[in-house]
Amino acid sequence: MNNFEPEIVAFCCHYCAYTAADMAGSKRIFYPPNVKIIRVPCTGKVDAIHILKALEKGADGVYVAGCLEGDCHFKNGNTRAKHRVTYVQKYLNDLGWETQRVAMMNMSAGMGERFAGTAREFTEQIRQLGPNPIKIAARNPKEQAAI
Amino acid sequence: MITAEQKPVTEIINYISPYRRILLVGCNECVTVCAAGGKKEVGILASVLHLHFLKQGKNLEIDEITLERQCDPEYVEELAPHIDRADAILSMACGCGVQTIASRYKEKIVFPAVNTKFMGASESQGIWAERCQGCGDCMLGITGGICPVARCSKHLLNGPCGGTSNGQCEIGPETDCAWRLIWERLKELGMEDRYEEIMEAKDWRPSGGAGPRKIIREDLSL
Amino acid sequence: MKTESRLEKILNSGNLAVTSECGPPRGCLPEKVKEKAEMLRGVVDGINVTDNQTAMVRMSSFAAAVIIKQMGLDPILQMVTRDRNRIAMQSDIIGAYAHGINTMLCLSGDHPKFGDHPMANGVYDLDSVQLIQTVKKMRDEGKFQGNADIANPPKMFIGAAANPFADPFELRVMRLAKKIKAGVDFIQTQCIFNLDKFEKWMEGVTDRGLDEKVHILAGITPMKSAGMARYMKNKVPGMDVPDEVIKRLESVKKENQAQEGINIAVESIQRLKEIKGIHGFHIMAIEWEEKVSEIVEKAGLSPRPEI
Repeated sequence: MNNFEPEIVAFCCHYCAYTAADMAGSKRIFYPPNVKIIRVPCTGKVDAIHILKALEKGADGVYVAGCLEGDCHFKNGNTRAKHRVTYVQKYLNDLGWETQRVAMMNMSAGMGERFAGTAREFTEQIRQLGPNPIKIAARNPKEQAAI
Repeated sequence: MITAEQKPVTEIINYISPYRRILLVGCNECVTVCAAGGKKEVGILASVLHLHFLKQGKNLEIDEITLERQCDPEYVEELAPHIDRADAILSMACGCGVQTIASRYKEKIVFPAVNTKFMGASESQGIWAERCQGCGDCMLGITGGICPVARCSKHLLNGPCGGTSNGQCEIGPETDCAWRLIWERLKELGMEDRYEEIMEAKDWRPSGGAGPRKIIREDLSL
Repeated sequence: MKTESRLEKILNSGNLAVTSECGPPRGCLPEKVKEKAEMLRGVVDGINVTDNQTAMVRMSSFAAAVIIKQMGLDPILQMVTRDRNRIAMQSDIIGAYAHGINTMLCLSGDHPKFGDHPMANGVYDLDSVQLIQTVKKMRDEGKFQGNADIANPPKMFIGAAANPFADPFELRVMRLAKKIKAGVDFIQTQCIFNLDKFEKWMEGVTDRGLDEKVHILAGITPMKSAGMARYMKNKVPGMDVPDEVIKRLESVKKENQAQEGINIAVESIQRLKEIKGIHGFHIMAIEWEEKVSEIVEKAGLSPRPEI
């Protein structure tokens, strides 16, 4: 586990976080390659099932990055996304998982620094939490079978 | 519609833990509208259960099917080709759907994944409130379209008790006093006089007091 | 006269009637009932025996009323529709009457949520208006609610409650009219602290001539302290305690607040006596029964007439 490199899925809004990522790239601001970006037309398009499926398929952390509160291009898609993240967190809590594995972030298109900083911090946070428990179970089938 | 809420996921996990192949069945009717057991919720619950059991190192097989209506034998029949593969059925429909499945597939155990709550209407996005108790003898025509049986905490038929304050029920400020609402409505309709007509003691037989109820329409029976 | 009730006799004689109440114990000792009732001997014309008030389990009002009756006093059987259906209530009415209990009060009762069994299912097969109708039908027609004949029907003097302070205010006179229509003989009101509002309600009552059709007993509760006044204002549903009452209690030293509470009660009675349509007083001294005689005396309501 010492060389654990988290796999992070980031659902990024086309109008803000995705553009911010672009800006980070063109400004040569470093952010960890662990973060895999999925561009969405609005974070309001991200449903609970998308976040859950990412975890189910082995993502160690998932975050949704939308526009600043009150600035959604489609009025309130980012607010809906925030509620859905909370909804998934509640399930994770019920299952005894760390709720910090999923998160909601907000930024504007011009915030390249913020995008990179967020990606670094979230990756570090997940690194501290360790791998997705499903992956641990898959690696140690015998130990788990004893449970 | 009939409203429902998903059971705590730990309760569902307890039900299905002994089994490996689960047939998870949603319903396209009421529980879809109140976002408790439609196709979307079936997907979410399946994924949540996978997260849990994969963490335990157990690969649960979940077949996800959402029927048009679970309370109708015609649609429940559609499960027949999938039944043999399943060790247990998990139904996300109201109690009517769960029982229709149980009576059709007698050899399989069926578990409810939701708690059926009440007959209600949507007050606003994400909020449903009780509106009807199915008393079998509707009096909305004389109460200004507001039901005292379903909406007064004491089912009072002759006006508000002494506990109303600021227009709210004595049980709490989140509940409107049904009789305050009825009174306001009667005033709007210019039917204040109606309030003083005594509503006689209710016959609770049509409400279930005479045992489980049934509707038989011979004109429709085959 | 419709009944043998002492309260009915007093009211018909034109005297101001006085009633009080006695909450049964949360246990089996009959002495607890007797102690409280004994304090009211010769002080009042009838003693309300509360029925699991605030939805807390207590000795049944029926049993406690029998104990009081056996002491040679006059219990008023309170009956809430919360806990029993029409079968149980009618059977208790017959049973109570067989023990000589001839006066009762028909109520819906506080919601179970407020008591020590919030998980209980409230029955509410009837409401208070329908209970009044039921008791009247038993008395005047000799029939049960379900229409069967009663052999030797009970002759109850029928009371009910009125809360002039609950919302909507404009409905409160109509609500009284409805209870009168159902057949109520006397009314005991909610505790009156806001006399101005009460007078306004009584105006509505007399305007419609309702005071000619029913005996209204004004509800009086002496405050033990400013704290109790604040509690009643904020926590008890349907209670109207004006800030002036709280301020007046706060204005005296803590050890004198109880006496000030009694003074307020006595002054209220004096003022209410002058109102047309008030035929008596219902003094609810909550766990303070020993003070009822003092209030009755200071208010000039003693001695009670012999009827």
